[in-house]
Amino acid sequence: MADSASATVAPTGPPLRMVVGKSDVKPTWCPGCGDYGVIAAVEMSLKKLQIPVEEVVLVSGIGCSSNLPHFLNSYGFHGIHGRSIPVAEGIRWANHGLHVIVTGGDGDGFGIGAGHFIHAMRRNVKLTYIVMDNQIYGLTTGQASPTSMMGHKTKSTPDGVIENPIDPIALALAAGATYVARGFSGDVKHMAELVANGIQHKGFAFIDALSPCVTYNKLNTFDWFRQRIYKLESAGHDPSNLGKAYERSLEWGEKIPIGLFYRAERPTYEDLEEVLEAGPLAKQPAGIAGKETLLDDFR
Amino acid sequence: MPEILVRAGGQAGDGIASIGETLAKSFARMGLHLFGLNAYQSVIRGGHVWFQARASPERVYSQGDGCDVLYALDANTAEVHLPTLRQGGVVVYDPEKFKIDPARIPVGATALEVPTLALARKYTPQSILQNAAGMGALAYLSGIPLPLFQQAISDSFGRKKGEVVDWNVQCAADGYAHAKANGSPNLHAASPAGEPKLLMTGNQAIALGAAAAGCKFLAQYPMTPASTIMHWMAAHSREAGVVVKQAEDELAAIHMAIGASYGGVRAMTATSGGGFSLMVEALGMAGMCEIPLVVVESQRAGPSTGLPTKTEQGDLALMLGAGQGEFPRAILAPSHPVEAYHAAIQAFALAEAWQTPVLLASDLHLSESYATVDRSEIDLNVPVPSLYLNPTNGSAGEYLRYRYTETGVSPRSLPGQRGLQWIAASDEHDEKGHLISDVRSGIPLWVEERSKMMRKRMHKLEGLALDSAPPVREGPEAADLTFVAWGSTIGAVRDAREILRGKGKATNLVHFPTVYPVHVPQTLALLEPAKRTLLVEANYSGQLGRLLRTETGLVFPNRLLKYDGEPFYPMEIVARALEVLRGG
Repeated sequence: MADSASATVAPTGPPLRMVVGKSDVKPTWCPGCGDYGVIAAVEMSLKKLQIPVEEVVLVSGIGCSSNLPHFLNSYGFHGIHGRSIPVAEGIRWANHGLHVIVTGGDGDGFGIGAGHFIHAMRRNVKLTYIVMDNQIYGLTTGQASPTSMMGHKTKSTPDGVIENPIDPIALALAAGATYVARGFSGDVKHMAELVANGIQHKGFAFIDALSPCVTYNKLNTFDWFRQRIYKLESAGHDPSNLGKAYERSLEWGEKIPIGLFYRAERPTYEDLEEVLEAGPLAKQPAGIAGKETLLDDFR
Repeated sequence: MPEILVRAGGQAGDGIASIGETLAKSFARMGLHLFGLNAYQSVIRGGHVWFQARASPERVYSQGDGCDVLYALDANTAEVHLPTLRQGGVVVYDPEKFKIDPARIPVGATALEVPTLALARKYTPQSILQNAAGMGALAYLSGIPLPLFQQAISDSFGRKKGEVVDWNVQCAADGYAHAKANGSPNLHAASPAGEPKLLMTGNQAIALGAAAAGCKFLAQYPMTPASTIMHWMAAHSREAGVVVKQAEDELAAIHMAIGASYGGVRAMTATSGGGFSLMVEALGMAGMCEIPLVVVESQRAGPSTGLPTKTEQGDLALMLGAGQGEFPRAILAPSHPVEAYHAAIQAFALAEAWQTPVLLASDLHLSESYATVDRSEIDLNVPVPSLYLNPTNGSAGEYLRYRYTETGVSPRSLPGQRGLQWIAASDEHDEKGHLISDVRSGIPLWVEERSKMMRKRMHKLEGLALDSAPPVREGPEAADLTFVAWGSTIGAVRDAREILRGKGKATNLVHFPTVYPVHVPQTLALLEPAKRTLLVEANYSGQLGRLLRTETGLVFPNRLLKYDGEPFYPMEIVARALEVLRGG
C-alpha cells in the first residue's frame, strides 16, 4: 500500500490502522436474504487481506444489494441505478492507490448498467465487481430481471419470462474480464476466498454471487442451488484455459459450477494510462503554472 | 473602425477549415484582432462549407457583415456568397474550374481570375495544392505580408517537413505574385498592428482554462460541438497532467467525472444538448451527494439531433431544470474565448467552494469560432489549493460529512484520509451520510431531518449568487435602448452597438456572465431604469427573458429571437434595434 493516498495525509483519526468492519448501520435486508452471506464474505476477505479501512471504497448503484456500502465502515459511494461502474472507474483513476470494490444486483449490473459492465471489462480497470445475483428485482417488489430464467412467473411476467436470460459468466469472458468467478452466498468461506483473490487480482475481477431472494424468488432458492452447485476446483477445471472456461460458463441447469472460471494477466487501464505513471492523480500537482509551451498551438 | 473580411468557401473535403485557420493565424500574428467563423455541415465530403476571417486593429466580437475578399473554390460558393461582397470587394476564382457571369458580380466589386490549378501543376498533379495558390492571392489582396503567410502555411503542417510543405510555401508565393501582377490590395487591406496575438476557439479556451484551474480528469463522449474540448485536452494530456477518458456514453462520462471528483481530483465532462439530456440524472446525484463537478454544455440547434453543426441557445431551460427534485447549481455563460477561459476557472472555483455541479454554457458559435486573445489576458498561474483538508468536526471526534453549517457547505474528506470515512448517498441522508430514505422515512424526527437537509443544500444557492459574477452593463448608463443578451449572442450585439453609435444612437447592453442563480437586486438595478429593452436570444421562446421574468418580474416585450441555426449578424440586430427605436 506504499502508494496509498494516506501516505501524504496528516493523520487525523485514530493512530492505529483499522481494517474494515461493520458500521453502526444494521442491514435492512429481509431475514434469510442471500446478501448477508455476501457481506460476510466481503468483510472476511478484507480482514484477511488487512487492508486499512480508509483505503477501501465500496461503490454501488440502486437495489436491495446496493445498500451494502452503508453496512461497512469504509469509504463508500451509493449512487444511482446502474451507474456504479463508471463512478468506480473515476475513483480508481483519481487515486489508483485505493481498493475500489463495486457491489450491486443483477438488475443494476446486467440490466440498466450492462453497457458499463462490458466496457469496464474490456478496459481491464482494476476493480472488484461483486454482483448479488438473485434473478429478480427485489426492491421494486418482484419483477423479472435480466437473469430470470425462461418461464419464471413474476409480477411483470405473470405468464412466465419469454426471453433468454443473460449468462453473466459467458458475457464477462467475452468482454475480456481477466478474473471471472461465481460464488454462492450459502458458502461464505468459499465466496470470501473468491473475493479476496479478486481484490488482489491485477485487473477487472468479476464475481457473480448467487444470492437468493427469499421473499420474491420462490424458484431459485437456497435449496434449489444446493442441489445443483459444484466447485470447479474439485472438478479439475483449469482457470487459465479460456475455451474451457466458456464451456463451463454454459452449464446452468442440473449442474451449476461455482468457483474460479478464468484468470489471466493483462496490463490494467491504469498501467497503460501514461499520466498515471507519475503516481495517483490525486497526489500529482494540479494546474499548469509556468507551462508556457501549452500556448504554442495558439501562436 | 478599419476591418477586413475575408471569406473562403467550397465543399467539405476541399480544405476550407485549413485555409481559414491559416488566414486567421496570419492576421493574429500581424497583431490584429480576429473573429473567425467556420460554417460547416454534418457531412465529411461535399455540400457547402465556408470560413470567414474578420480582422481589425480593434477587438471584433462577431463574423461581421458581408465580405471584402472572397475565394470561391466552386461555382456554388460564388453563387451563394457573391451578393455579400462589399464596395471594393473582390472574388478570387479559377476560370479553369468554373465561370462567373460578370452580371452576377455586385456593382463596385470585381473578379480576379487566378489559375490555381495551373500554378499547382508546376509542382504536382494533386489538385489540393491549388489552395496554396488561391491563398497566396488572398494574402496579397488582404494585406498579409508574404513571408509571414508562408510561415503560417509551413506551421500548419506541424513538424512535417519535405517537398509537400515546400510546394505549398512556393505555390503560395506564385499565387501572391499572380495577384500582385493582375490586381491590387483591397481597400480594406490590413497592415501589421503590433505584438502577435493568441488565436483560439471557445472550446480550446475552455480546455485551457480547465487545466489552469487544476482540472485533472476529463471524461467525454464525442458530440459536436463539444468534441474539440476533448481533442485539445487529449493532445496535451501529458503536459497538462490531465487524464482524458473517452467514455462509452455520456452516462458513463459524467459518472466517471463524479467518481474522480469524489476520489480527490477536480473533474469535468463536456457535451452538447443530446448528451447532456443523458447526464441529467447524474447531475442531480452530484447535487445530492454534494460533489464538485463542472459540466460544459455546448449547445447546438435542437430539438433531438436537430442541426448538428449549427448553433442555438435553446438549452437554457434544460440546464435550469435538469434533474428531478431541487438542488443548487450555477450556470455560467461566457461570450468570447477570453471570457470562456476565465469562466472555466471560475466554474471550478465555484464547484469546489460550494460542492455542487456548475454548468458552463457554451454553444457552437462560441465553441468553434476563432478569436484572438492578448497574452496578458491569460494567466496560467492560477492558485490551485490541494483538495486534502483536515475536516475535523469538533469535539465528538465523529466525522460528519454533511454537518449542518451556516453556509450549507460541510467539510469534505477524500478516500484515503484516515478516520474520515463517509458514504456519498444519492438517497436522502443524515449528517453522517446514512440513509433516511428507508426504515427512517416518515418518522417525525427524520421527516424534520429531511427538511433540514434540503435547506442546507438549497442554502448554497445564496452563496453561489454572492460568489459568482453579477450582471454587467456595457455602454452608457443613459441610453435609448438597452440590449439584454447572454452567451455567444453578446458578440454580435457588441458589434451592433458600435454600428448604432456610428449612426448616433445611444444604446447599452446588459448581459449575464452568471445566468443562474439570477442576481436579482443587481438585475433590477440595471434593467429597471432602462427606457426600452431589446431581448436578443438564439432560441424560439426567449428563455433568458422567461427566467428573468420569473425571478424579477421584469418583462421584455421587444425581442429578436433567432432559431435558424445561424449566428447573429450585427446588421440584423441593428435593423431590429432601429425598428424598436422607431417604436416598432
